Amino acid sequence: MLFVKSRQLVIPGDLLAKGDYAAGENVYKERGGFYASKVGLVNFENQVIHVIAVEGVYLPSANDLVVGKVVSVGLSEWVVDINSPYSGVLFVSQTSRRSFDSRKDNLMDILDVGDVIVANVLEFDRTRDPRITIQGHELGKVTSGYVVKVTPTKIPRLIGKRGSMIKLIKSRTGCQITVGQNGFILVRGKRVEDEALAVEVIRMIERDAHTSGLTNKVGEFIEKARRNDW
Amino acid sequence: MSKIRKKLIGKGDVRVDGRKPGDLRPIKIEIGLLERADGSAYIEFGKNKILAAVYGPREVYPRHLSLYNRALIRCRYHMAPFSVEERKSPAPSRRETELSKVIRDALEPAIFCELYPRTVIDIFIEVLQADGGTRCASIAVASLALADAGIPMKDLVAACAAGKVDGLLVLDLDDVEDKEGEADLPVAYIPQMEAVTLLQMDGSLTRDEFEEALKLAVDGCKRIYALLKEALRGRYLAAGNVVREEVKKINGGGS
Repeated sequence: MLFVKSRQLVIPGDLLAKGDYAAGENVYKERGGFYASKVGLVNFENQVIHVIAVEGVYLPSANDLVVGKVVSVGLSEWVVDINSPYSGVLFVSQTSRRSFDSRKDNLMDILDVGDVIVANVLEFDRTRDPRITIQGHELGKVTSGYVVKVTPTKIPRLIGKRGSMIKLIKSRTGCQITVGQNGFILVRGKRVEDEALAVEVIRMIERDAHTSGLTNKVGEFIEKARRNDW
Repeated sequence: MSKIRKKLIGKGDVRVDGRKPGDLRPIKIEIGLLERADGSAYIEFGKNKILAAVYGPREVYPRHLSLYNRALIRCRYHMAPFSVEERKSPAPSRRETELSKVIRDALEPAIFCELYPRTVIDIFIEVLQADGGTRCASIAVASLALADAGIPMKDLVAACAAGKVDGLLVLDLDDVEDKEGEADLPVAYIPQMEAVTLLQMDGSLTRDEFEEALKLAVDGCKRIYALLKEALRGRYLAAGNVVREEVKKINGGGS
């Protein structure tokens, strides 16, 4: 028996269903009932009930693209802030460096504290900090651009349906945008003005993530800014 | 020289502030008002004014406090120096340390700590104005701040006191009733689990009176719980079509 409709807003402790269902994301089962554990929206996937959270932290998962900042340098690894309760660990073996001799070479020549990197999450199971890598296409140290921070739960909104929103921003502002699943977004453009506009648009999306017709609004916003610019 | 005590219960069982024995004080709630906190809530519970902020789950500092299998929950209950009539020293008192502990213990059973091992969830409760029953109001407002921070919880936690004043069992005692009355019985209650997570008593009650007061307090908790839920839902529904849009993106979205 269902007690909620699809897309309904629920809060912790709300009874969602009883009977032959399965608990998905942010749902728990107790005494035969299915309850929400976070504020969010109900989503059904056959018999599996999910609650899509409105707020929350970033939990790394394998193959996620993340943008991070180096916070400390160890003997053979860096600790990277990836906007999560668990900081990322990057080993030298996961860089493009062919050989590394800790007696002769200095890790800080490769990456230093404060450097921004684009990385991939290798593995994470909550018992150890997530291991990340910068080996791969378009991964590694970032030398120019802006980093914008948004709530990780709003990332799908920024990307849009099949990437519609992010494509729109990229094409209209002429900026290269790397969306980290962790909520750090890297904006790189030819001109500082382009970057500033893209940053402003991203902040607007985060603020208005809950309103409808956002893609059109963003389009208009960029057009207006462009006209004033020229 | 004996102090002449004011009568606390008037004609027709009317209390000092005009309430009936089973009445709660008026409650006003705001959620998400602190920009820099992960979650926050504010409650006006009669003359009590309490602000709660939640940070986390985040990395634990100092490191050695972290727990390998669950999130650590830290709670700080603090009264502002101007929250009571006589200036209170801003340094944490014995009472505040104890209340921080009982509030944490009241909230903890509702939180899924095991989902975020080696992290900490920090709860800060600041009493801006106090008028009796701050521990109960603090528990309620902190549970809202936790939900606002997106921390997975079994349910919200409601809390309410009952007690005995001039021989009469009453709900939700204020400062005068608490100090001058015979007994005070604060209770925290998690409706989904039907669990009492805080039960203290100050003063004396007979066994029968205790049973009845507990029933009264739990009933009060249920009424407060309804208000908490309404407030939390209202925060998101007020923004209109928040909801439908958010889901669209989820169903259609992809990276």
